[in-house]
Amino acid sequence: MIRGRILNAGTAQGPALVLSEPVSFWGAFDPRTGRIVDVHHPQCGSAMAGRILLLPETRGSGGTPGGIAEAIRRGTGPKGVILITPDINLAIGAAVAAALYQRDCPVIAVAPEDYALLVTWPELAIAADGVVSPPVRQ
Amino acid sequence: MTLQLDEADRALLQGARGPAMKLAMELVVQAAQIMEAPRLIPVSFAHIDACFYSGQAHIDFVQYLLDHDARFAVPSWSNNGVVSLTHFDLYDGNPDQEMVQGARKLMELYEALGCTPVWTCAPYHLPGRPRKGAHIVVGESNAVTFYNSIAGCRTNKYGDYLDVACALVGKAPFAGLHTDEGRRAQLLFDLSDVAEEWRQEDIFYHLLGHHVGRVSGRRIPVITGLPAKANEDNLKAVSSAVAASGGVELWHGVGVTPEAPDADAVFAGGPQHRVSHDDLKAARDVLTSGRDGPLDLVAFGTPHFSANEFADVVKALDGRRISGNLSCVITTSRFVRDYIAGKGWLAELERAGVTVVADICSYYTPGIRQVRGRAMTNAAKWAYYAPGMLPVEVCFGSLRECVESAVRGEVWRDSRLWEALA
Repeated sequence: MIRGRILNAGTAQGPALVLSEPVSFWGAFDPRTGRIVDVHHPQCGSAMAGRILLLPETRGSGGTPGGIAEAIRRGTGPKGVILITPDINLAIGAAVAAALYQRDCPVIAVAPEDYALLVTWPELAIAADGVVSPPVRQ
Repeated sequence: MTLQLDEADRALLQGARGPAMKLAMELVVQAAQIMEAPRLIPVSFAHIDACFYSGQAHIDFVQYLLDHDARFAVPSWSNNGVVSLTHFDLYDGNPDQEMVQGARKLMELYEALGCTPVWTCAPYHLPGRPRKGAHIVVGESNAVTFYNSIAGCRTNKYGDYLDVACALVGKAPFAGLHTDEGRRAQLLFDLSDVAEEWRQEDIFYHLLGHHVGRVSGRRIPVITGLPAKANEDNLKAVSSAVAASGGVELWHGVGVTPEAPDADAVFAGGPQHRVSHDDLKAARDVLTSGRDGPLDLVAFGTPHFSANEFADVVKALDGRRISGNLSCVITTSRFVRDYIAGKGWLAELERAGVTVVADICSYYTPGIRQVRGRAMTNAAKWAYYAPGMLPVEVCFGSLRECVESAVRGEVWRDSRLWEALA
């Protein structure tokens, strides 16, 4: 069982989107479309909507909270985020979106070895206690 | 680690001052837990970056705060906006009215919330600078680095919403650059190999900052060999450049910044680099994406121009007009703009064909945003970001090179300057 550190609380389930490189949520991401727009990013054009986003870390930008909150508001953002390096900006943006729009976007930090296992799954579920696992079909 | 909260903190969390102040305290506590801070620390000043429009969520956030009677606990000054309120007529007919109106509304809402409307990324030029050692809350990258390094204040880089939340509750997580141990230098740069006369040039500080930031990444550098007479504009250039090319939030300059009377005061050991003339030339070449030739734009004021920088441009222009074939735009704060108007410099610059715009970030300034082609600047930060944000190629130069080029309409190089670097 993989239990991550809860940076922002919530539950989520969905197909995984694994980013091979860090991304900034300001400038490199367009919240209107939910797509990565940084032409230098190997997954430029990828859409985050409805996905559980896995990325090792973000590129530090003070605009990240606004980018993720706006995407959650529009429904173009990820359902949840799993990363290795704890990230205040993503957590704060998701927390503000939860307060304003009552939409969960859990943000969870996991150990590198756990992350390496999680990226091998096509779908993931995040539970309220921070446990991350492939979804169990009823 | 358990976060220690006092009675007032807990009362806010319980909603004693309403849901908006409760949300603010929850955000500060959430950040403190992520940072593993043992406690919160009172702050005395904030520079708010969340007034920089990036969508409806920004407006909804501040509207929620206003609707539920949130109040700032400390003086909170505003960063520049995406639009200029001083020159709002510039946006007549702008096709992106959603952005223009949203950005304006956001700025008006932050003013209603109690922000002091200075609208500048260089708030440290204005009277009222917090004293050395003060704990403060800052978000914009160059301002974070200037306040930490040059003013000797203590701040982490606070992202959107957390800056506002800390300013509302008047406290910040006691972690990172707020602590003594978090401010020690991790690597050293030695300027002994750089010619004395080159260390006096304004362009040197931009190139040095770019180089040091690129090597340092997110670490804290200390620089030895800066001239004791380096002025605040020089140190501002280093601060904005290290923050752009790296992620440096604090740097020390031995003998010139307040926490580093000598290297031992801040540096206990670590990697050491000797800065060479080749490093400075390499920085110039990275910041220069265009070939020399006819110019479409000369841009000054990233970060916002100081009064002394305006004086330098006025002196270099020496009564001449800029070429009719290009735009020359200087961005600054309304405070500095009023000051230079009082000195007669604003009228002199306008007669010369220079446009001075207040309140706004350079890349979003009408007159810069529409330009295509070749641009020149003396600011390493502008040269670093512009090729990704605007359809321009950039030629980087000294302040004098930029002014001469603006007059001639094409890139002019100061051969004396570059021969000394050979």
